[in-house]
Amino acid sequence: MTDLSHTFAAAADKPLLQVKNLTKRYGARIGCADISFDVYPGEVVGIVGESGSGKSTLLSCLAGHLRPDQGEVIFETAQGARDTVLMGEAERRRLARTDWAYVHQNPRDGLRMGVSAGGNVGERLMAIGARHYGGIRDKAIDWLGRVEIDAGRVDDRPSAFSGGMQQRLQIARNLVTAPRLVFMDEPTGGLDVSVQARLLDLLRGLVREMGLSAIIVTHDLAVVRLLADRLMVMKGGHVVEAGLTDQVLDDPQHEYTQLLVSSVLQV
Amino acid sequence: MSDQAYNFAYLDEDTKRMIRRAILKGVAIPGYQVPFASREMPMPYGWGTGGVQVTAACLTPDDVLKVIDQGADDTTNAVSIRKFFVATAGVAVTEATDQATIIQTRHRIPEAALTAGQILVYQVPIPEPLRFLEPRETETRKLHELEEYGLMHVKLYEDIAKHGQIATSYAYPVRVEGRYVMDPSPIPKFDNPKLSGNAALQLFGAGREQRIYAVPPFTHVVSLDFDDHPFSPSKANHACDLCASDTSYLDEVITDDEGGRMFVCSDTDYCASRRAGGHVGALGAPLATGKAVQ
Repeated sequence: MTDLSHTFAAAADKPLLQVKNLTKRYGARIGCADISFDVYPGEVVGIVGESGSGKSTLLSCLAGHLRPDQGEVIFETAQGARDTVLMGEAERRRLARTDWAYVHQNPRDGLRMGVSAGGNVGERLMAIGARHYGGIRDKAIDWLGRVEIDAGRVDDRPSAFSGGMQQRLQIARNLVTAPRLVFMDEPTGGLDVSVQARLLDLLRGLVREMGLSAIIVTHDLAVVRLLADRLMVMKGGHVVEAGLTDQVLDDPQHEYTQLLVSSVLQV
Repeated sequence: MSDQAYNFAYLDEDTKRMIRRAILKGVAIPGYQVPFASREMPMPYGWGTGGVQVTAACLTPDDVLKVIDQGADDTTNAVSIRKFFVATAGVAVTEATDQATIIQTRHRIPEAALTAGQILVYQVPIPEPLRFLEPRETETRKLHELEEYGLMHVKLYEDIAKHGQIATSYAYPVRVEGRYVMDPSPIPKFDNPKLSGNAALQLFGAGREQRIYAVPPFTHVVSLDFDDHPFSPSKANHACDLCASDTSYLDEVITDDEGGRMFVCSDTDYCASRRAGGHVGALGAPLATGKAVQ
């Protein structure tokens, strides 16, 4: 299922994101500790683990929402490799609305509920300087189509949308500026199974089509099986196992991974 | 009430110094909202407590004060603030725009061009232009700090999506000297072009929200818009029924319950001076009789 040739071809390039010895503590407790990995252009990395294993902390540190206590997060910007932990807030926020995207688990966190769907998609365009109403609107309608939302709903507010539509709208809003790296925190959480499947299908298509790199945090092994090229398993703030997705899921080495894989319900 | 009951212009000298410091900082950073320790004033919030404090801090015994409310010198808000300063500062007051040195205004810029040396003080209800889109104060401050103003255009986008045009007709957001986005207080967007390059010093006071900001003389102020939906100042497509001016901002006055209406200048001083100069509108009579034709 994983496209290995794609992964190996991408691996020849420079990594898009390098994480080195990242540590975040909450007082005496560990959020995540000593985590290192690389993300190459076009690669999707999954992070799985139980609740409290530090996967969301890790994602927040990578996306600049939390400041790590130690370590480096080096992103390959257009101007060369930069440590995003050390860069100024203005620059990091500029990165966050151009090269990065962040898909929240709850679409209400990532959308402006009082603003129409078109305005939600257009906000990122306007934030980077788009000032042509017609152009912004055309692009918003185009993106609504790409996430399978009817163009006739462009002026409706997200509060009038179903949960699945809200999540698709959030994805459209994030991808409209063609980011290079997408952070996703449980993108399918809280959706019913058939909607999840449709969303995953859509995400897989978009990621492949746009050549996006993505880091997906989830506790749902089916999600990483479908989307991720590589997989990291976290427990207690540490990465206990990492490797190609199918390799880790089909031949788990660490006892926790074995438990995780064996506890997936079979229908 | 004895003459000694109040310090000059009601506020004590230390408070006025504090407000002057905020004003100076505001002038130094055009469009930036300077926090200040707003005092309780003997009038309710929404009646111009911010403007009154700024006026009090600027007044000198030689000043001539004019107060307008929606352009009119004779409405409750204008009359009561004028009386307030007559009682507490004993300054001269006027209704003539060109004779005033300080003009406190609620929601209008006078029609007559202001001159160097004049101060225009605005009463501001909500100073934060991003407030209705972003309720968190910490976040809006950050957006100003980092010049992230895309959100302001989201509001204009919503207007066009909903109404087919930019329907914001007052409190129309502006950008001051290419830096801060500012709410020009609820003046009609007809007045927005007068903000830019004005010879007078423009001060904005928000009492409840405890903010002062300023547009110094001859500052470049641009109304935000889209390339394909440019900013256009608007007014009623009519001439004043009293003074026949077709360039001034008009109020629509309902005259009976059978659909009768008339349009009159919102700036009463401008209208009166035109009528004194012999201009007569469609429903007006020569000024000597002082009554509109019924």
